[in-house]
Amino acid sequence: MGNGDGTGFFTSVADTVDQLAATGYLASTAVATTVFLADRLGKPLLVEGPAGVGKTELAKAVAAIGQARLVRLQCYEGIDEARALYEWNHAKQLLRITAGRDENWDQARTDIFGEEFLLTRPLLTAIRGEEPTVLLIDEMDKADVEVEALLLEVLSDFQVTVPELGTITASRRPFVLLTSNATRELSEALRRRCLFLHLDYPEAELERRIVRQKVPGLDDTLAGSLVRVVGALRAMELRKAPSVAETIDWARTLLALGADTLDEAVVRDTLGVILKHQDDVRKAAQKLTLA
Amino acid sequence: MTGTGTGPDTGTGTGTGPDTGTGTGPATGTNTPADANAPADTAARLTGLVRALRGHGLRIGPAETVDAAAVLDVLGFVDREQVRAGLAAALLRSDGQRPVFDATFDLFFPLGVGVPEALRADPPALPDDPEPPRFGRPDPVREDLRERLAAALAADDRAAQARLAGEVVEAFGRYGAAAGPGSAPGSDGWSAHQALGRLAPETLLARVLAALRAGSTAPEDVSDLVLADEIRRRIRDFRALVTGEARRRVAELRGAERIAERAVAPTVDRIDFLAAGREQLAELRRTVHPLARKLATRLAARRRRAARGQIDLRRTLRRSLSTGGVPLRPAYRLRRPARPELVLLCDVSGSVAGFADFTMLLVQAMSEQFSRVRVFAFVNRTAEVTDLLNRGGTDPARLAARILAEAKVTGYHGNSDYGTALGEFAERHLDAVGPRTSVLILGDARNNHRDPNLDALRRIAGRARRVFWLNPERTALWPTGDSAAPAYAGVVEMHSCRNARRLGELIARLLPV
Repeated sequence: MGNGDGTGFFTSVADTVDQLAATGYLASTAVATTVFLADRLGKPLLVEGPAGVGKTELAKAVAAIGQARLVRLQCYEGIDEARALYEWNHAKQLLRITAGRDENWDQARTDIFGEEFLLTRPLLTAIRGEEPTVLLIDEMDKADVEVEALLLEVLSDFQVTVPELGTITASRRPFVLLTSNATRELSEALRRRCLFLHLDYPEAELERRIVRQKVPGLDDTLAGSLVRVVGALRAMELRKAPSVAETIDWARTLLALGADTLDEAVVRDTLGVILKHQDDVRKAAQKLTLA
Repeated sequence: MTGTGTGPDTGTGTGTGPDTGTGTGPATGTNTPADANAPADTAARLTGLVRALRGHGLRIGPAETVDAAAVLDVLGFVDREQVRAGLAAALLRSDGQRPVFDATFDLFFPLGVGVPEALRADPPALPDDPEPPRFGRPDPVREDLRERLAAALAADDRAAQARLAGEVVEAFGRYGAAAGPGSAPGSDGWSAHQALGRLAPETLLARVLAALRAGSTAPEDVSDLVLADEIRRRIRDFRALVTGEARRRVAELRGAERIAERAVAPTVDRIDFLAAGREQLAELRRTVHPLARKLATRLAARRRRAARGQIDLRRTLRRSLSTGGVPLRPAYRLRRPARPELVLLCDVSGSVAGFADFTMLLVQAMSEQFSRVRVFAFVNRTAEVTDLLNRGGTDPARLAARILAEAKVTGYHGNSDYGTALGEFAERHLDAVGPRTSVLILGDARNNHRDPNLDALRRIAGRARRVFWLNPERTALWPTGDSAAPAYAGVVEMHSCRNARRLGELIARLLPV
């Protein structure tokens, strides 16, 4: 595994931090290091973590930095080869056959399995591109286990085999990022081919910087209090802990309401923005008034 | 051993232990670049780390080890946190493995050798106090450390806390020969427990709170209310720092391999139910929902496969008539999508309460996978606790206490009596069990030498679709003492289930879909 295999978007970990920050993505050391390694070693990056911590945003940021095309494969239950890899355009093939009635079978056969009749889906599109590409395979855990097997060839060798055409190898390796919410365990075979990054809720200081960046109008001390309360809520045993996206929503709400301190009344009125279950709201309200 | 590099002696620090002479490996400092003998040493360290992680049940193949080496090659040894993050990316496969990895990483890629670098370069000023400490008189070293720790905790200054952890272990953690002459070799070492006992960082809470509140301008601010919890978390993190530091010092005396094997806590899903403490049980509870989700998808996959069914020959032939007798479209025998019912019968007595607790919460979290879940608890009498459990979703921590307080699970005494409890269930609640019901019995079958009442269990097994008994004890312990496990195992299928990982496997495999 030499250095020539990588995508070459970054030069060092520090450079990764800077470039990500320039696109508006504030990354911790762990995130920057892993992204840098994925870039340098040319390995796919599997990002796992709770919803709303910026897994998909990370792919977008990397694409913006590399001025790369972002090819996105959104996984769902029941996704199959025809949706993920490629498909033959049957209607067009039939038209072709009816159009050339007097040619013999050999001619027709070689013709209808040509490039012209191939519909490329995200995985093949990402492999075939000449320009720099970021391939985002989103919510991998939503797809069925069979799809993972389909991905293995793409992820380890960056190639796709179409029986009628032969093997198509990437002329330029894409930066591959897979995300998962860990609703099911991905197979060992898939995990082995990837670098692994667990993206958790950020540390208080980093989260405060994120809030300040996304909601610039918010008062600095208020942002600090906000992040602190969210941190305390995450430490409680809640059904759904508030994510970074929800912290930012809350900050926007407070800004819109014109609140300048996080007093009890404000919190009680706006708790619904960050907590999505009635049980959680009740529990949090209790905690924040009695403690 | 850790120090295979034997360069010239650079251990010139103050108050170094007996072992510092050999300490000149490549990891003498936080930001020392790899020196001449690094390559061979690094490979040995890396494979040592991998071996230790495998010992903790992490599946790491040679391909991952090679990846990790490539990572080290790219990153170099400039920044230790980068190396940590990079190796984690190459070696780990799930978040639950992270605590084990961090502790093991600290042993194989230690922050330094002997006294922490920062202390050697800039030793803390010893208080000007000629008198030796004695009982009843405040120890100035301790007071000084507590003072600085309070400041570091208030400021949330991680670097200062790390340095203080080193100082605390150096000052208070030593025991045996390391502390002075006169004890047997091999009995010396460093103890985090001893150091933390002397320092008592928990008692700083009030001081830190007062310091922070004094600077705060808006007392009505809600974030003030959660401050105490936050300080408690910071103190807990500091305790972990001290524990790690002591482990590093011990590893220098005993070898990283041995310490990694014995002193690093296992991953949460491998904690023994019977040995788990309060903190560990709380940690286990946090894994209930993720585990339930994973099991649900596994069960759903099995259900899909099972629903595919076999070919229905009669309907296929009937259908083939419309295509001239050629069976183009096969018809499958469809299954009625009936979800199974589940009855859980749990021993909630003190000895196995942690196990019962976890399983009850897990089953409740998975309840949509079953058409009906009923939960019964017993110590020596049986009571239905399904409602208690459903209401308990808001406060899982107190579930066991509430069951003991509100449900009638004990009679005249507080000891387990499986015979009476099973008998009572067979007598009063047998209508909960039908031909679609799977029954899970949880308990160690320690019956205090009473009548096991096998007949009652036979009656339950006779009505149910399947009955499984999950026993949190090792199989080897079943035939010992007052356990009726062998007798019960003769009637129903009994499985040993000692940790969350095993429980997940059993539930995914045993339960019908």
